[in-house]
Amino acid sequence: MSAVTVYLFASYAESFGANNLKIELAPESTVADLVAELRAHPGSHVLPSSPRVAVNRKFAAPDQLVRPTDEIALIPPVAGG
Amino acid sequence: MIRSAIVDREIDLTGLIAEARSDGAGAVSVFIGTVRELSEGRLVERLAYDAYRAMAESELADIVREASERFEISAIVAEHRVGELSVGDISVAIASAHAHRSAALECTRFVIEEIKKRVPIWKRERFVDGTSEWVDPSAHTRVAAQ
Repeated sequence: MSAVTVYLFASYAESFGANNLKIELAPESTVADLVAELRAHPGSHVLPSSPRVAVNRKFAAPDQLVRPTDEIALIPPVAGG
Repeated sequence: MIRSAIVDREIDLTGLIAEARSDGAGAVSVFIGTVRELSEGRLVERLAYDAYRAMAESELADIVREASERFEISAIVAEHRVGELSVGDISVAIASAHAHRSAALECTRFVIEEIKKRVPIWKRERFVDGTSEWVDPSAHTRVAAQ
């Protein structure tokens, strides 16, 4: 197991009550595995069925592998403009 | 001139247009987004824009670069403001310059539509009645689709 830090923003930060969470993941875990782990946390009811995840500041597919050194963020529905 | 930025200050529209202009460009298309006073029938007092700043900067830079290639455009300048804004303030401004108008117009349209889809910026509306909430355009789409 290794820990990754997941950054949270806006409505997600409010619902989870934190700006970031440390999540324990097995080696070779994917973005989808990470989201499954996040669903065990209080406040996760705010997440849609397929939340957008950014890895190293790029939107990531569910099957992308995550490493402990990656910069990972959960991206709420964007509302710029 | 291809430039984009996430800024904490007022957007200088005149300066932004001047940056995009050149003698070779016969058309400059400008879009500005401003804070609207009504949101689904409720009176808005202020807006707070929050961003995942590092990613917002890189996504906006990617969008502007993609637009410049797609429309073979000579100049695009785009700025999105974050922080506390009041009704009427400019939140986003885009200026695209091209030899001809149709490419300039299409380019500006492309940039604002892509910003709406993929730049990680969020806004919290504070209403005159003292309540506030995060805007969720995806929820609005679902409601509208029903």
